[in-house]
Amino acid sequence: MTELGNPMAGSKAVAGPIDLHAGRVTIFRRQDRLFHGVTQFFALSVLLTLVGILLSLGIEAYPSLSTFGTAFVWTNVWNVPDEQFGALISIYGTLATSIIALLIAVPVSFGIALFLTETCPTWLRRPLGTAVELLAGIPSIVYGIWGLFVFAPLFAEHVQPHLQAAVGDIPVLSGLFAGAPMGIGILTAGLVLSLMVIPFIASVMRDVFETTPPVLKESAYGVGCTQWEVVTRIVLPYTRVGVIGGIMLGLGRALGETMAVTFVIGNANRITGSLFSPGTSIASTLANEFGEASPGLHLSSLFALGLVLFVITFLVLAASNWLIARGRAKAGH
Amino acid sequence: MMESATVELGSLAIALKVRNLNFFYGSFQGLKDINLDIAHRHVTAFIGPSGCGKSTLLRTFNRMYDLYPGQRAEGEIQFQGKNLLDKKQDVNLVRAKIGMVFQKPTPFPMTIYDNIAFGVRLYENLSKSEMDARVEWALKKGALWNEVKDKLLQSGLSLSGGQQQRLRIARTIAVKPDLVLFDEPKSSLDQISTAKIEELINELKHEYTIAIVTHNMQQAARISDFTAFMYLGDLVEFGKTDELFVKPKIMKTEEYITGRFG
Repeated sequence: MTELGNPMAGSKAVAGPIDLHAGRVTIFRRQDRLFHGVTQFFALSVLLTLVGILLSLGIEAYPSLSTFGTAFVWTNVWNVPDEQFGALISIYGTLATSIIALLIAVPVSFGIALFLTETCPTWLRRPLGTAVELLAGIPSIVYGIWGLFVFAPLFAEHVQPHLQAAVGDIPVLSGLFAGAPMGIGILTAGLVLSLMVIPFIASVMRDVFETTPPVLKESAYGVGCTQWEVVTRIVLPYTRVGVIGGIMLGLGRALGETMAVTFVIGNANRITGSLFSPGTSIASTLANEFGEASPGLHLSSLFALGLVLFVITFLVLAASNWLIARGRAKAGH
Repeated sequence: MMESATVELGSLAIALKVRNLNFFYGSFQGLKDINLDIAHRHVTAFIGPSGCGKSTLLRTFNRMYDLYPGQRAEGEIQFQGKNLLDKKQDVNLVRAKIGMVFQKPTPFPMTIYDNIAFGVRLYENLSKSEMDARVEWALKKGALWNEVKDKLLQSGLSLSGGQQQRLRIARTIAVKPDLVLFDEPKSSLDQISTAKIEELINELKHEYTIAIVTHNMQQAARISDFTAFMYLGDLVEFGKTDELFVKPKIMKTEEYITGRFG
């Protein structure tokens, strides 16, 4: 800096425009350096925060993890009075609700995105797109209240009995839909979750569908493709990476969603295998029990649950990155 | 403006008849009362300055404008006894019979083999060996076979620009269309690829009717049998390529081909 900063410093004799420029360049360079430093600080602070959270989670979870060992992850017990804790029930609830949510949300979002980008009349495109985005803006607690007081009773009265009747005693399916039709439970939580992730997945899908070059679509239409063929064989493969990203964004949201799930999942610490029965997810266990957890093994186990959720989310992220990288390699980019 | 369009073709068979065609982009009129015939198994070139409507005209032949709201065509385009502009006309069928090669090379995001087989699978149910034969046939027609026969299962995106353009042509030919439309296929290519494709067009006209839009007048003169000069949405002059370039009947055409504007 010093030797480059102002080469004219020693030669005052040739004062003039060159001198002036050198001075300004020095100022610009300082500004650049300052800007670089500030942005670097912001970026690094994110990393620091992440490491800090991980560390504090680890420290707080340590008593529980050292008591139960790795068996914590697959132990099917959550007994507060006896101080026996295992994460399996919550992990099961988290994964089951998220998978149900995705099973419903992905095809629906695909349909929404498809309609919005391909077949929607122009005048309807904007209002419909905005409506989908607004759906994402509804606070999750509103979804929770609606799910518990509006959706669950209707579901219990008009859907669950029919579902049970329809399934009858088909071996596996009847097990999935066994139990009292109470309205709340794993399935209801999955349904409410699907509503919450649809706007995310749909708007990402819409945005990436729009990146397909028109000339590519015209080429496909040019050999006589129908709209469905163009979308499934041209648009979808072309945008695969973005679509996977959108689905993973939805999955990430579904895994961590707390309030809405807590309202409708039933908060029962057991695994029955039926989608109608109440269960619990990691996030809803945390929300329910943190307030009254006594310091010690209970609180530490809750921290350990948090750590498990963190790991699951990380794995999902890693898996999506892997899928995207594989997709790129396959497409020959 | 052009009453003698039909006369020019003499006794040649007519593949496509355009009658009183008007085309609108919303309220802007892109084509004004176009009348012309495209001769069976000959090359018809469309020339004119940018924005003269030549690509627009080509895009009415396979109803590509249908994809965009606000664009509409009026009049008649007769092809195999049917009016293509008829609302009841099945557009997918039209597009299978009238293939189009676009300005930019556009390989589909799939293997070279599938790029060719894709369109064929839509309309024909071929066995594996028949499909292999068809792919080879199309790639040979597209003068690409020798370059890609060892890497048919690689992505179409791995080809060079010129190869991608020939892949596009092979893909269009593979579905065995009756009419092939070229929309400035060479504007984005190098000399050698351009020469190869011109050779290819000469080759193809024995079996296909070809309509080509180009910016390059020398090219139109080299490869076409008939040339249509368009300006501001009007068909100014249409005739045998030899005559139109040597002795244009209309002042505007002469000005354009001698490079006084455009």
